[in-house]
Amino acid sequence: MLGEQIIKGMVVTARNFFGSYVSKDRLTTIQYPEERLPQLHSTRQFPMLVYDGDPEKGLRCVACTICEKECPPQCIFIVKSKDKKPDYKGQPQLYPAVFDIDISVCMSCSICVEVCPFESIKMNTAFELSTDNRFEGLLLHKQDLAKSNEYYHQMHPEDAGESDAVLTAEKAKAEAKAKAAAEAKTKAPSTATATAAAPVAAATPVPAPATAAAPAPAAPQPTATN
Amino acid sequence: MFGQLDQIFVTLLHWLVGFLPVAWRSLASSLLCIGFVISVFPGLFALVTVIERKGLGRIQNRYGPNRVGPFGFLQFAADGIKSLIKEDIVPRAADHVVHFLAPVVLLIPVLLAYAVLPFGQNMTIADYDAGLLFFFAVGGAVELSIFMAGWSSRNKYSLLGAMRAIAQMLSYEIPLILSAVSVVMIVGSLNLSDIVSHQNHYTFGIAHWYVFTPWGLAGFLIFFIASLAESNRCPFDLPEAESEIIAGYFTEYSGFKFALFFLGEYLGMFAICGLGITLFLGGWTSPVSWLSWIPSYVWFLTKLLAIVFVFIWIRGTLPRLRMDQLMNLAWKFLLPLALVNIVVAGLWHFLGAGALRWLVCAVILAAAYVALGRALMQHQKLGKRIYRFAY
Amino acid sequence: MSLILVITAVVTLLAAVAAMSLRNLVHSALTLAVSFSGVAAIYLQLNAEFAGFTEILVYVGAIAILIVMAILLTRSGETPEKSVLTSGWLAGIAVTALVFTILGWAVLSSSALPAAPAVPPHVTVKDIGMQLMTQYVLPLEIIGLVLTVAMIGAVVIACKEEAPARILPVVAKTTEPQPAPGNPAAPIPAAAGAFKKAGAA
Repeated sequence: MLGEQIIKGMVVTARNFFGSYVSKDRLTTIQYPEERLPQLHSTRQFPMLVYDGDPEKGLRCVACTICEKECPPQCIFIVKSKDKKPDYKGQPQLYPAVFDIDISVCMSCSICVEVCPFESIKMNTAFELSTDNRFEGLLLHKQDLAKSNEYYHQMHPEDAGESDAVLTAEKAKAEAKAKAAAEAKTKAPSTATATAAAPVAAATPVPAPATAAAPAPAAPQPTATN
Repeated sequence: MFGQLDQIFVTLLHWLVGFLPVAWRSLASSLLCIGFVISVFPGLFALVTVIERKGLGRIQNRYGPNRVGPFGFLQFAADGIKSLIKEDIVPRAADHVVHFLAPVVLLIPVLLAYAVLPFGQNMTIADYDAGLLFFFAVGGAVELSIFMAGWSSRNKYSLLGAMRAIAQMLSYEIPLILSAVSVVMIVGSLNLSDIVSHQNHYTFGIAHWYVFTPWGLAGFLIFFIASLAESNRCPFDLPEAESEIIAGYFTEYSGFKFALFFLGEYLGMFAICGLGITLFLGGWTSPVSWLSWIPSYVWFLTKLLAIVFVFIWIRGTLPRLRMDQLMNLAWKFLLPLALVNIVVAGLWHFLGAGALRWLVCAVILAAAYVALGRALMQHQKLGKRIYRFAY
Repeated sequence: MSLILVITAVVTLLAAVAAMSLRNLVHSALTLAVSFSGVAAIYLQLNAEFAGFTEILVYVGAIAILIVMAILLTRSGETPEKSVLTSGWLAGIAVTALVFTILGWAVLSSSALPAAPAVPPHVTVKDIGMQLMTQYVLPLEIIGLVLTVAMIGAVVIACKEEAPARILPVVAKTTEPQPAPGNPAAPIPAAAGAFKKAGAA
């Protein structure tokens, strides 16, 4: 009958109208900036440099410039430092004197995060970065990019946990190696010369790859003969 | 006490006018009434624009404007200031005199129409003997202003929008007037206060509103649909729809003139709603006799706001009608139904009081409605859609 | 003769003159609408409410719209270059004045007009309706008939015409005889002859 669907339509809109006062799913507006939606766990905006503890001394980045080379739009600019500082494992490493990211160029592909071997560059989720200077304001320097590990945990809890696990595993491995080297050094006969100790000491970082390399050449041979 | 509250505006008017010498009294009374209309109805317009935006927003699962003022109710002030300080651009090729006069010519008849509406008991500004005729006469003058607006802009879209708007308004004036004629037949007078006082009787506590009779209900529905079309409201807003024709006949208007057009349109909507209330919904009378202590102007305002809410509700629900669908509805459905309504109103009068006339009138109207509905929809193939894909 | 009546009359006359003499057709249509409303105002001054409202309803609300719709649908609004006054306007004024005097003298001195009463009677719509239904029912019915005829005529004119003569689908008729399978040269001589003729010419 003519007009029946009109009445049905009006019932639907009436239900919407009255329902919008009672239930949240009939009024889906989030009134930004007073209310904000919680961000998904894989949200990413622009990169940040993670530090443990101190922004200068605890910065994980060792200026290997792998991210600078891998970045597709080449928005990272790194200048290595002249001196070295000890990293989380206690070894002296370079650090970046200048680390600039131009976020007007950065396309948030997170390739830099994928290739970083030191778990130092990660994706940040901050997006309220508007500025009134479109050249200087969009070039982030090291002090803007450095964010603490606690902040990283807040932003990406699972990824930060994984990254922490990797670092502690590396640290444990390094400590185990150092302990084994120290034990080997003490167990070695006292008649061993210092020169013998030196190659042994020098060989201690190497035995892991050496022992890895020894079975590695050994492994292809049986396969080659197959 | 409630009787005094009911007549408070009338006594206020007489008291104020009594200060002046006799020769000036009629002029002063007219001026005070004009001031009343000009202050109340644009204020209502301001309120209704905000309510409409908030209402439409809630229907569409969002907030309406809620930043300016408490819950956004001062939005009209922001809109008014914005339209006042906007640059008034007139196209170079436009006809300047006619372009300037078009919003004025829209507002004058619309404001004149308020002179005959009874806002409360003894609260009609100009109680003409042929008040209804006056209302329709000034309603017809509105179309001239639409033409002026569309023509003077020298813009294809404006002209097209103006033509469509005039065609639409002309077509829907006929069912509007015919549905009012059925009321006039039963009452026997064109005087709007008389029409209201004929509805001021109560049987079993329910008022004798004409909307409670079969012919009155049909007449009210026809009047309602026709008044939607007269005020260019959704679903009949093709002449001014933004997604169709930019803004139709007021494309070239900016700033205050646009605000005047907007004001004129909404005031026209209120005037026609007011007429519908007067003719069918009993004007300022209360629906049940035990609520008649509420002042009469409060009832009028309540009914006006209720009808405006239904207008907003319909706007949020229905899609726009195409031009040919619009015209088909007017000429092939509403006009025959209005004519049948007149015949049925005559039958109602001549069958005398009793249950027979209710039955006969209701049956005839229902049959006419169903038959016309089928006739209107017969050429449409409405069913499950079949899709063909080019695989 | 109150001041308002004089002003209204002057406005009406000026609008009528403007409607005649303006070059822009739309302007003249609009000033014609102004003169119609002036006439309605004069009716209202004379306490003829019904006549005044009907004047606005019919003339301003329908006839002026008709005129402007006709302009809309037929012209694109060019203003005529030459003046609208013809060369014989002086003779026209003389004839108009003569006709006006004759008509005025005839109306004022006729006996059909009763003397104006001291207080004009208040005519209600009901009275007009009663008169229309009893004394003047024949003119009412004739007017209704005329209007019906006009509407039917309008519908007939505006009605869709029969579909224009359809172009018949071209049926390929082979005019030259089909060549026999063993006689490929048969249709060619005509064409060859034509070429030869063309070559020779």
